[in-house]
Amino acid sequence: MGFEGIGASVRRKEDGRFLAGRGNYVDDINRPGQLYAFIRRADRPHARIRGIDTAAAAMAPGVHAVFTGKDIEADGLGGLPCGWQIHNKDGTPMAEPPHPVIAVGKVRHVGDPVAVVIAETRQAAKDAAERLVIDYEDLPGIANLRQAVAQGAAQVHDGVAGNICYDWHIGDKDAVDAAFGRAATVVKLDLTNNRLVPNAMEPRSAVGDHDAAGDYTLYTTSQNPHVIRLLMGAFVLHVPESKLRVVAPDVGGGFGSKIYHYAEEAIVTWAAGKLKRPVKWTAERNESFMSDAHGRDHESTAEMALDEQGNFLALRVRTLCNMGAYLSTFAPCVPTYLYATLLAGVYRTPAIYAEVKAVFTNTVPVDAYRGAGRPEASYLLERLADVIARDTGRDRVELRRQNFIPKDAFPYQTPVALQYDSGDYFATLDGALKAADWAGFEERRKQSAAKGKLRGIGMSTYIEACGIAPSHVVGSLGARAGLYEVATIRVHPTGSVSVLTGSHSHGQGHETTFAQIVAEKLGVPIAQVEVVHGDTQKIPFGMGTYGSRSLAVGGSAMVKAIDKVVAKGKRIAAHLMEASAEDIEFKDGKFSVAGTDRSKALAEISLAAYVPHNYPIEELEPGLDETAFYDPKNFTFPGGCHICEVEIEGDSGMARVVRFTAVDDIGRVINPMIVEGQVQGGVAQGVGQALMENAVYDANGQLLTGSFMDYTMPRAEDLPDITVGTESTMCTHNPLGSKGCGEVGAIGSPPAVINAVIDALRDYGVRHLDMPATPEKIWSIMQGGMQPGRPAMAAE
Amino acid sequence: MYEFTYHKPTSIADAVKLLGADADAKALAGGQTFIPVLKQRLNKPSAVIDLAGLGLSGIRAEGNRVVIGAMTTHHAIATSPDIAKAIPGLTTMAGWIGDTQVRHRGTMGGSLANNDPTACYPAAVLALNATIRTDKRSIAADDYFQGMFTTALEPGELITEIEFPLPVEKSAYAKFRNPASRYAMVGVFVAKSSAGVRVAITGAAQNGVFRHKEMEEALGKSWSPDAVAKIKTSPEALNSDIHGSAEYRAHLITVMAKRAVAAAG
Repeated sequence: MGFEGIGASVRRKEDGRFLAGRGNYVDDINRPGQLYAFIRRADRPHARIRGIDTAAAAMAPGVHAVFTGKDIEADGLGGLPCGWQIHNKDGTPMAEPPHPVIAVGKVRHVGDPVAVVIAETRQAAKDAAERLVIDYEDLPGIANLRQAVAQGAAQVHDGVAGNICYDWHIGDKDAVDAAFGRAATVVKLDLTNNRLVPNAMEPRSAVGDHDAAGDYTLYTTSQNPHVIRLLMGAFVLHVPESKLRVVAPDVGGGFGSKIYHYAEEAIVTWAAGKLKRPVKWTAERNESFMSDAHGRDHESTAEMALDEQGNFLALRVRTLCNMGAYLSTFAPCVPTYLYATLLAGVYRTPAIYAEVKAVFTNTVPVDAYRGAGRPEASYLLERLADVIARDTGRDRVELRRQNFIPKDAFPYQTPVALQYDSGDYFATLDGALKAADWAGFEERRKQSAAKGKLRGIGMSTYIEACGIAPSHVVGSLGARAGLYEVATIRVHPTGSVSVLTGSHSHGQGHETTFAQIVAEKLGVPIAQVEVVHGDTQKIPFGMGTYGSRSLAVGGSAMVKAIDKVVAKGKRIAAHLMEASAEDIEFKDGKFSVAGTDRSKALAEISLAAYVPHNYPIEELEPGLDETAFYDPKNFTFPGGCHICEVEIEGDSGMARVVRFTAVDDIGRVINPMIVEGQVQGGVAQGVGQALMENAVYDANGQLLTGSFMDYTMPRAEDLPDITVGTESTMCTHNPLGSKGCGEVGAIGSPPAVINAVIDALRDYGVRHLDMPATPEKIWSIMQGGMQPGRPAMAAE
Repeated sequence: MYEFTYHKPTSIADAVKLLGADADAKALAGGQTFIPVLKQRLNKPSAVIDLAGLGLSGIRAEGNRVVIGAMTTHHAIATSPDIAKAIPGLTTMAGWIGDTQVRHRGTMGGSLANNDPTACYPAAVLALNATIRTDKRSIAADDYFQGMFTTALEPGELITEIEFPLPVEKSAYAKFRNPASRYAMVGVFVAKSSAGVRVAITGAAQNGVFRHKEMEEALGKSWSPDAVAKIKTSPEALNSDIHGSAEYRAHLITVMAKRAVAAAG
């Protein structure tokens, strides 16, 4: 075996089964006697349900049951819970309207479940669902943010006045007002962060099972099976953890959309118990568009106060954000504690004040999507930085450099709650400028011009907070859960190792990265390390994977458990070699007595632990199997610099990304190849948001981009080779020094792309354009027409 | 999809008979539009008549014509050396349809029978003055396309071959793809052949493919990108949707026409 430890670009262990089509996804799971559920969904955004005639559907061939929201209610099930409570400016809690598993009384968005048909086959269930007669009384729909907060707007929920979920703020308003009062210049920018559909490659799926002992099993496409067990068991089905197993096997991408507890999970589990038969549901792609939680959807106004030298004095931000029709599991925290707390960015802006108003609309719920809040913050700041440079005639690189938090200022307390532990923004900036050949851009621009193309270059110097999160901190901010992670290191008798992790891999490569940590720390070849995840019956506990937390939090839990294994191993080794435990050293898989040539391999120690014939049985339990819970001390703060170059066709307005460079500070890297893949994937999604993707509703709340015929996903051919580099400082408060890399690509890239587009259009006097920068938008700017202006925000 | 009876006849006569016997029967060519439509339950045929067994695929020279069987796939057209030599614009066009999987299943006849206003082939057929041969008759391209999803085909009538007259002196296709679906948002086929100079536009108009007479005239006088550069198209009757307004499509017609003429040389 070559080097396989921390820092080795070993090939991914899991890819063999994925590439050979031998993965085990939820839809691959079939239980004996399984039935199929088809969900009839609302085809309209907002309506009163006057009645549902289920008789014909129930009589259809192969049908076992038809359930509506009233059946769910009659069985005493709870609604889908929200895991985060935000408080308003005045201290009152946010509005938290009920979120029924199946609609009761009203439907509130296209895709809202209205009834479920359970039948022998998928086809039979679907046929029968067409026989449901639903008597709707249409109500006016609210599709977008400004409609929602307009005077006299229709109400999405009775009792939620003005459709306001919460009206929240952070920062020091007085200090900001004072700074604006003495500012030499104020630069203001209105901007939209476009709504996105996540589109994981694998659609969501769930299989509910119920056995003779009354125990439930749910197989589900989830990023966090323990969280689903907790939420569904405790709040919806009222089933104790001991009688509910949740399995999330191979999962084909999540990007956040598979964090949440969805109605379908509760429906199949509950129905399996009622019908005493397993029940499967798998989304069709069009259902994914209208039922997976969407991402982003902000409208903001940002204002920066500057002194005469161009120093940032104060930032004022007002944001309207869309919650959709109901509160998805973690929705309320995304535009608050994952967004507004990041508004310092990498800058030493002394005073910041942000107001965030979350509103309900008749649209699919919005929740965390790759980056979650942080892309919105970095887009706002990094667009604003470029606009400031433009409006004040400064160089955009020097303006940033001048306002960076200095290298020696860490730990750095921002004015918006976070304390950055480490970072060197100058290093990532300089690294990226060099890797991207920023200095040589002008020559490339001329070459493009000769081909009739407008070339532009843009950058972003971003930061994000991940590795979520210290439980006591998030608890004080409204989280209804802890955010530690759990790992078990089980050294088997012959020295192979199983890692049980509460993190969940759905594309990230944990089976490789985590094995490499074991290889590094215990000297066991990765071929002998098995990483087990995604099953509440096998894993002690876990909070799952999101917010780039698997390595920073889950990996730290592993290191803690490994440390326990080593400590116990030393005591066993001391016994076997008749030495004192203090004199035992552990290195490269060997326990040795300091200063001697006596040593025992890990496998000898584990064998002694499981066959304890010669063993300190009075002092030590047999076995070598340790579990650790790790609660992080702080968030981690990856950051970096992304530089993008675009070419715009002079005739059509079509923009293409032709060069992209990402230099990130992500702390300790375990597998550089996997990091590169993560960054590339994130950048692809960021380029998608900047140039192509857009979830569009019509004014009444019909989803116009309900399929790939209309929703533009980036393709491989839309992307250049992406140059990925790292300039890392170590995280100071976790044992690996790792910060996380899953989201940096999606956070850093959108502003870099738009800044490049604006730069390419330098001769057209354009100050800003909203994402996505479609060919037509760019063309209309080139026709001399500015982008159609947005009216002032109605929330003012 | 809904249940239906599946037939795979081995002669054109049997296929026509099956289609004639049942008003709700539908013909299946490559299925790249029809199968998704069935899967979305937007169509409920009583029977599906698969045309794959009729021996309708193949490309052959026939005197001063190239004849393409209705069931010939995009892939076969895109990779045919004969087509590349005789009508390079058609090679380009076929190679830009969908993706590799689609090009191995989708057929020219299926596309023409469907006459999607954003499909590519109608532009080639019209610009090259091709003839649509059916089980009953021959239809000139100018008579064949009759508006969105509408053709001169009678119920139960099957396209068997498409006949392209040679020589084609110049031909090229330029396509501005719908960013999401990759169908033509505006596709322009330019040709100079025995039928004279023809310019056919697909994707842009509400009624599907049309000939751009003003551009034809200009190119007839002078075959160069500059000849069409100043020609504007009225946005009236052009499509407008979330991907592009009628005005933008009108602009793209000029852009794509210029590119097509330049590519044709």
